[in-house]
Amino acid sequence: METRRVWKSDCFRRIFSLIRKESLQAVRDPSTILIAFILPIILLFLFAYAVSLDVRQIRIGVVLENDTPEATELAAAFGATRYFAVTPARHRHEVAQMVVSGELRGFIAIPQDFDARLSANTSSAAIQVITDGVSPNTANFISGYAQGVLGNWNAARLSRIGWESPPVISLEPRFWFNPEIESRRFLVPGAIAIVMTIIGTMLTALVVAREWERGTYEAIISTPIGRIEILLGKLLPYFGLGMGATVCCTILATTLFDVPLRGSWLALLSLSGCFLVPALGQGLMISTLTKNQFVAAQAALFSGFLPAFMLSGFLYEIDSMPILLQMITRIVPASYFVANLQTVFLTGDIWPQFFRGMAAMLAVGAVFFTITAAKTHKRLDL
Amino acid sequence: MNGVIEIRSVSKHFGSVKALDNLSCSIKPGTLTGLVGPDGAGKTTLMRMMTALMVPTAGTISLDGHDVSKQPELIHTITGYMPQRFGLYEDLAVIENLNLYAELQGLRGKERITTFKRLLHFTRLSPFQDRLAGKLSGGMKQKLGLACALMGKPRVLLLDEPSVGVDPVSRQDLWKMVGELTSDGMTVVWSTAYLDEAERCEDVLLLNNGNLEYSGPPRELTSRIAERSYTLQGDMADRRGILAEALELPDVRDGVIQGEALRIVLDRENDPRALKALGESVNATVTTIEPRFEDAFIDLLGGGPGGRSAIAEKMEPVEAAFAEAVECSRLTKSFGSFTATDKVSFTVKKSEIFGLLGPNGAGKSTTFKMLCGLLKPTSGEAKVVGLNLRSAASRAKRQLGYMAQKFSLYGLLSVRQNLDFFSGVYELSGKLRQQRIEEMIETFDLQRYLKDSPDTLPLGYKQRLALACALMHRPAVLFLDEPTSGVDPITRREFWTHINGLVRKGVTVLVTTHFMDEAEYCDRIALMYHAKVIALDTPDQIKRQAATNGRNIDSMEDAFIAMVEAADVRAGDV
Repeated sequence: METRRVWKSDCFRRIFSLIRKESLQAVRDPSTILIAFILPIILLFLFAYAVSLDVRQIRIGVVLENDTPEATELAAAFGATRYFAVTPARHRHEVAQMVVSGELRGFIAIPQDFDARLSANTSSAAIQVITDGVSPNTANFISGYAQGVLGNWNAARLSRIGWESPPVISLEPRFWFNPEIESRRFLVPGAIAIVMTIIGTMLTALVVAREWERGTYEAIISTPIGRIEILLGKLLPYFGLGMGATVCCTILATTLFDVPLRGSWLALLSLSGCFLVPALGQGLMISTLTKNQFVAAQAALFSGFLPAFMLSGFLYEIDSMPILLQMITRIVPASYFVANLQTVFLTGDIWPQFFRGMAAMLAVGAVFFTITAAKTHKRLDL
Repeated sequence: MNGVIEIRSVSKHFGSVKALDNLSCSIKPGTLTGLVGPDGAGKTTLMRMMTALMVPTAGTISLDGHDVSKQPELIHTITGYMPQRFGLYEDLAVIENLNLYAELQGLRGKERITTFKRLLHFTRLSPFQDRLAGKLSGGMKQKLGLACALMGKPRVLLLDEPSVGVDPVSRQDLWKMVGELTSDGMTVVWSTAYLDEAERCEDVLLLNNGNLEYSGPPRELTSRIAERSYTLQGDMADRRGILAEALELPDVRDGVIQGEALRIVLDRENDPRALKALGESVNATVTTIEPRFEDAFIDLLGGGPGGRSAIAEKMEPVEAAFAEAVECSRLTKSFGSFTATDKVSFTVKKSEIFGLLGPNGAGKSTTFKMLCGLLKPTSGEAKVVGLNLRSAASRAKRQLGYMAQKFSLYGLLSVRQNLDFFSGVYELSGKLRQQRIEEMIETFDLQRYLKDSPDTLPLGYKQRLALACALMHRPAVLFLDEPTSGVDPITRREFWTHINGLVRKGVTVLVTTHFMDEAEYCDRIALMYHAKVIALDTPDQIKRQAATNGRNIDSMEDAFIAMVEAADVRAGDV
């Protein structure tokens, strides 16, 4: 019996056969379908409809301690804006209790000497804003808008009594790219990054660990296949799956959720492809190191999913994080992806920025792959 | 150098654990070599080193002249390896699994077509090509695993415990197939924990605790104890008592119950006078018989334990208020469309050992769980200690002890805490609880392990602890679900000494096993196959029944195969 030679040129056939195997498994395994297709859709809907970071109808109290027409008019101005839902009161203690119990997020007091303060035109504040510091975002919003309402009302009043507008610097906020400041518009592109993290990191971590658990890995590595071929055989199908999910999510986002795609598909797909490199690399690395589905799922959750959620700028702005966290976000590939996705959807193609992001993602990916390749052996005792 | 595999002073350590210690042997080309030993002996480690999946800590292995550690890629082209769980993708069809392995082995074109044809014919899997591997029976899975391992036309075929979880008929098939392969010149290494399989191999490597105890033809080992195996036959009312006495004789190395008879192995002096005297006193005749491989293995390890069970001696006899310990009629359990047990009926008398025998998935454990009140039957009735499980399950449960497969001890609790926990579960309290725990610690010699986790205990002690936990509340009926799987033969002997002692005190024992020789320790056995009881009688009677159609029945396994074939013929699917 002469020894059969195993040719290097067979390697593409071997990789292809692994890809075919992996695809068949993915199609037949209900949990893969669930993670790859059902979960992303649920997430997209969740972020598009259920989660909203927009502030509307914040419940506040307005304490009117003064009965002059001017004070009454200002109180009415607070009631008229769509940002506030007003509970009127005559005394502070009436609403203070409601702030404590959480019924109101804060209150605005129009003091007895309101007219005097106003006409004195000193630097001392005309009204007092008390907010619930437990939710700082809302608190900031209330104080900011309260100032705005007061400013508008005052400007209208001054022009009415024929006084020239005082030379104060007035700030007129104007939001570019998302004029409605609708959170859906930046949440949905961010959600695509989350979906890709789930497919790239979670699913890949699980499927490789599964091979270890079911003993199939042992059988595969006892054949003439090379270790890089094993890695590629795992990687390519999930790369395809991830790209497919991007396309599906984008179509959903633009048609169903009215998110504009101002950039090009080419930019979107190149960014996604580059993001999948570190995402898949991380998944493979986790499963290669843990060899156990349960541990792999935990590790993928903590090192992949949660950072993509919290540290990517998806929910919380990176610029307002403590400096240490900001530094950590630099090594979270999702932080580059989220920023660039929001750009490609809401702004358009800004290639220099994209290239920087892609380079960063590929660099993180290269680290993961180096570790994975070094830890992948055709051996069981290493 | 005459071996196709040469193993020279090979050791393998995992941390401080010595899985294999200084092993040297060679495997001849074109032979079937059995790698025999209990779980944890080092069989799988050696297999994996031979396929270059592991590298020895010291020493070398060469395969066909190539150093395994230095040329792993080459080794993978000339060996076929079937790991313990066959390495099949359960969500791929039979043909898809074959295609995958064909591609991995670089098989294409005409060669592939002829190989597929040959392998499908060889394994008789042709009609099942499109079935998912996960939906195959244990026997068919194993044949598919074999086909995948044979894909690259290996010179050396390494099969790691291919007979686990496979019914006896499929196992028989597999032996035939392997026989054909070796006659074509292939070298086959077959690892197994079943000592009776050793006798079918041309050569055996006998491993115990990481040491090579013996290598060579099995018959050479059994010939060492020629004329030293005896059988006691006669009308022995209390054969367990006689066995206990025999085991206490100074020149008895080993002894077991074998159906209605006793099987005794004497020490090297081979002086049968004391044994014959014992035989005469109970009207039994003592004759020499052909030694078995297991007899020789026990002898090699220095003989089995004595016949006294400390725990049984401490127990007061079971006073029974019931006529039948266990009664079940037409017990059926379905999971969806799958029937796990189908109209199972039997009765177990007080202080009887009743065995349930059958391949994995035959329905043994399901039957057990229903009788212990852990599963509700879909239909049918069951009574334990005279109490109906449907109406008085909790009262019945108090009188039964259950030792689950794999012992079901808590690894995160210490031995002491496990004992505490189980005594609480069985509603022992106060002084009695302390007294029983102390008693178990003393009789099972657990003192020095009290603070350890059960996971770190030697297997024998783990088994003792599990038995202690099941016995603390003095059950009248004891259910043992595969209590000895993976346990070395000496520890199994010790375990059965306790069981025999308990039965003599009036405890009723129900046991499942897939060791065919253990079936003969039972008073009666029920053979289960495809969810049904296909035979129910004493072991000897079943052998006689199986022999009626002119077959030569030497062992319980032969009897089982005959019964299964007869059942298949009755069911109309051959």
